[in-house]
Amino acid sequence: MEYTPNIVGFACQWCTYAGADLAGNLRCKYPPTIKLIRVPCSGRVKPEFILDALAKGADGVLVGGCHFGDCHYKDGNRKTANRMILLKKMIADMGFEPKRFRLEWISGAEGQKFADVVSEFTEELIKLGPNTIVEENAA
Amino acid sequence: MADKIKFAFLLTGGCAGCEMSLVDLSESLVDVLDHLEVVFWAPTVADVKYKDLEAMPDQSIDLAFVDGMIRLSEHEHMAKVLRSKAKVLVAFGVCASLGGVAGMANLHPRKALFDTAYIDSPSTDNPEGIYPQPKCVVDGKYELTLPEFCDRVRPLTDVVTVDYMVGGCPPHHEFVAKLVTAIVEGNLPAKGSWLTGGKAVCDVCDRNPANEQVNRKTITEVKRVVDGNGVLEEKECLLQGGYLCLGAVTQGDCNASCPKVNIPCRGCGGPMPGVTDFGAQALSSIGAILENEEVAERMVAKYPDMAKMMYRYSLPASLLGRKIKGQ
Repeated sequence: MEYTPNIVGFACQWCTYAGADLAGNLRCKYPPTIKLIRVPCSGRVKPEFILDALAKGADGVLVGGCHFGDCHYKDGNRKTANRMILLKKMIADMGFEPKRFRLEWISGAEGQKFADVVSEFTEELIKLGPNTIVEENAA
Repeated sequence: MADKIKFAFLLTGGCAGCEMSLVDLSESLVDVLDHLEVVFWAPTVADVKYKDLEAMPDQSIDLAFVDGMIRLSEHEHMAKVLRSKAKVLVAFGVCASLGGVAGMANLHPRKALFDTAYIDSPSTDNPEGIYPQPKCVVDGKYELTLPEFCDRVRPLTDVVTVDYMVGGCPPHHEFVAKLVTAIVEGNLPAKGSWLTGGKAVCDVCDRNPANEQVNRKTITEVKRVVDGNGVLEEKECLLQGGYLCLGAVTQGDCNASCPKVNIPCRGCGGPMPGVTDFGAQALSSIGAILENEEVAERMVAKYPDMAKMMYRYSLPASLLGRKIKGQ
């Protein structure tokens, strides 16, 4: 069977989630690889959620938030930005290719950007191949 | 006395430091011993053998403590035996509860660990490059065995059902005194919980700016203790001074012993109740109080292994549990 990546997406309800909605309204084409989870703010995404997704076999994780200055809660996205820098290093230390994780700022007006990001991420994950942690742990 | 609590203590992969902290109770231990009958304390204290424990009837021990992680097949076996003999099993100390310092071995393959231990370390004299084997035959007739080295470190909770967990490396003796009193009085929470005062290290730390009704500022500097930057003011928060201190997310039953003597908290107390992955939570709370992304980048550059930093005592119990091969 051909490998299609499985992406878990965490989308801020004020920006990226609206952006994903707009992508649909604009009839933008992007691969059906992403499973989007709506969160109140990208700052709500605990690093634990991302590790959990990877531990359960997600091939990639996308976190989407508002551009700086646009955060509905003033500085939630700034906290996310800091956290994700540390987290990216930590998942690399744990043996994962850091490219499996992506942080993007996508506003509610950027439907096309959402579609582009998902397409690009999917291609990158196809190159990386599947996340085999589940099989590895079972062995 | 018939109503004495039958007590057992098993050391698995640990260093026996947790047993020391029980002995550190000194006079209080004498009072406690009136209520305890030690039926098994091996391999460190009592003159009993593993087979004596195996011979005991099931559920005959009222209270059993285990300190140490599961590293060898022997540890797993004895933990399972003790579980069947004991009514209440306590993972005593952070090794048993979360895997402990030795859990960082999960970031390295077995070969690297063995090479360091038996070949490369300066004090080792092993010209023939002999590694320990689970079985060997001596003089052609005596078969000797050693326990097997498991492929990864596990906390006790991965092997058997644990009734209570206690953090600390080792648990602070003053807290152990409270704990043992609570156990003797039968004053215990629901099974499966951490035995803790429920306060974070920051909560009991003299350096917490909140003590002076001042808000903590964001972090703008990144320093390491090993760089020798001198000593901070007595009341200055280590985090604010630029040191990575995990006090905010760690159980404070130690009364902030480390920050008191200028050492940042490394999280041996274990996570605050409700947190599953200690390192992820630590990373989350530190990330949220950094001034900007530039400081975060500097932190990444300063601490070469973020996983070892955040999971110093809890790697085997984390969501990933160990280093994944080529993903």
